[in-house]
Amino acid sequence: MTELLQTLTTTIAVGSLYALLALGYTLVYGVLKFINFAHSDIFVLGAWTTFTAANVLTDRLGINPTQSPWWGAVLILLLTIAVCATVGYLIERFAYRPLRKAPRLNVLITAIGVSLLLQNLGQLNGRVTVATDKDGRPTATLPFGSTPRSMPPLLPDLVLNETVLSQGTLAGGTQRGLVKLDQPLTMLDGRTYRIEFTRTADGQPRREVLALTATAGTFPPGTDLATQPRRSPAEVDGLPYSLIRSPRVPIMLVDVVIVAVAITLMLGLEFLVFRTRLGRAMRALSFNIENAALMGINVNAVISFTFVLGTALAAAAAFLYPLKYPGLNQPAHQIWVLLGLKAFIAAVVGGIGNIRGAVLGGFLIAGIEFFGTLYGDKLFISLGARPGLGTSLADVYVFSILILVLLVKPNGLLGSPVKEKV
Amino acid sequence: MPLLKVENLSVRYGSIRAVTDISFSIEQGEILTLIGANGAGKTTTLRAVSGMLKPTGSVHFNGHNITGTRPDILLRQGLVHCPEGRGIFSNMTVLENLELGTFTRHDNEQIHHDMQSMFTLFPRIKERLKQNAGTLSGGEQQMLAIARALLARPKLLLLDEPSLGLAPQLVQTIFKIIREINEQGVTILLVEQNAHMALQVAHHAVVLETGSIAMTGPASELAKSDAVRKAYLGC
Repeated sequence: MTELLQTLTTTIAVGSLYALLALGYTLVYGVLKFINFAHSDIFVLGAWTTFTAANVLTDRLGINPTQSPWWGAVLILLLTIAVCATVGYLIERFAYRPLRKAPRLNVLITAIGVSLLLQNLGQLNGRVTVATDKDGRPTATLPFGSTPRSMPPLLPDLVLNETVLSQGTLAGGTQRGLVKLDQPLTMLDGRTYRIEFTRTADGQPRREVLALTATAGTFPPGTDLATQPRRSPAEVDGLPYSLIRSPRVPIMLVDVVIVAVAITLMLGLEFLVFRTRLGRAMRALSFNIENAALMGINVNAVISFTFVLGTALAAAAAFLYPLKYPGLNQPAHQIWVLLGLKAFIAAVVGGIGNIRGAVLGGFLIAGIEFFGTLYGDKLFISLGARPGLGTSLADVYVFSILILVLLVKPNGLLGSPVKEKV
Repeated sequence: MPLLKVENLSVRYGSIRAVTDISFSIEQGEILTLIGANGAGKTTTLRAVSGMLKPTGSVHFNGHNITGTRPDILLRQGLVHCPEGRGIFSNMTVLENLELGTFTRHDNEQIHHDMQSMFTLFPRIKERLKQNAGTLSGGEQQMLAIARALLARPKLLLLDEPSLGLAPQLVQTIFKIIREINEQGVTILLVEQNAHMALQVAHHAVVLETGSIAMTGPASELAKSDAVRKAYLGC
């Protein structure tokens, strides 16, 4: 049950990222009827923009977004959206628009070309000097390159649903590595407990965390409890503490932020497309470009807007992704390609061109990936395979679902073939 | 000054000449019909006038040279094209289709008033506002297409084969409506294969044959001419 719920939270968080990306594929397909293969590269650009902006914020400006000001992260999100939307606009304007009347295959090949171009530009090494001062020393280098980097934290590492069991005064135990609580404690099996307190070291107050390593059981006040890391009695004696129990299924702040931002954007998009004049123009365009122009719709402007919208959603996903997975791979790493591919599959499974389908597909693909990993491994182990085989097949489950959906419902789950009356 | 003046209009699709050296003009308030057989260049001419194709020659509308101007700009100037095959957006409701007709307008009160008069003109459409436009019958779709075009407040309405694929009784209705619209002051350029009906309703007619003008004149005279009767009226 615990495993299932944990997998469910991961599915919802990662699923909303897939959904945001899938929306970009589906929006562009909706108006231009081709797959924008450069979409996943826009996502990579966004992730690296977020990384760069976060570094500038913390290193150069000395702002720590995990504390205050809280708007530091919002600023980075907006910047990432601005950069990606601008690049998205330029790609549409100069790579795709000249091919508006060309066969779709030509545009598709161009999209692959744009994708390779972005990937390779991203591989330019970080030591490449962009600007120098008068002595020839580098003042600016490219932020990305051929080495993976680690994202500085933008959000506090908070678990939202943990329980503060008690607060009181801490005492040192009978020897180093032991502490005593002034209240009784019942520890349940399979849960983790920790003590948080503030200690003054070298004249600076420092927040410290001690994990209780004892096993389940009931302990009266004053029992010696083993902790990790180990502190001497003198270091903890008389300090006020909080005793905290971790939840079975932790709900991380980062997951809540991801889901909240994603859902807000999806609802906004839904409103835009189905309730506004501009959205009506987009839907008319997606049905028939020529006839949309006859309604007085400025086709090029609406197509540009759709591109900007799609890339902005990718940018939001690109901002959220490194919050959850801070290890940033180099721009041409295949993991990005795979990520984009999964989002594309999500769009196809949901019914390409269908906005609600892309969202459904995003969550569905994430579910198959993570539940497949969870139960697939168990299944293979019960069949006599070595542990880990079922886990390494995660991508196989995703692609199998694509094949299955294409066989049974070629237009996707929510896609429907439209027939024109003559 | 004519409302629309087309001079030496030619359109090529690659190396194929679809329309060659066509000239005609429409006076304010009249109906001009382009008739001719399949492939005579009627629809091509219409699409060249409304900017969907890039022609050579010149098109003047309201005294301005509009040759090759984009259709969405022309619509704002009052030249509205109701395309062949009706151009209904069947992924939307009937109401949304009508609202697309008012896409360039912002005079909300007047729009509301115009909507009401469309419902008077086409009572069938009012009953089906919430319905998906793709579920309408062919005749209802044609009425929707005309209503939508009228909501853009055209000075000149380009109608491409409004009677195509409709039952004879509906054809009568559609032509009655075309006459009513014209009586309310809208100038109409009508492309038709149904020469019989078109010549009844139009003031002037142009007969196209393989991309060129074969005959032109007042509709009532052409309807009496032996050549037209033989070729297009079947008697």
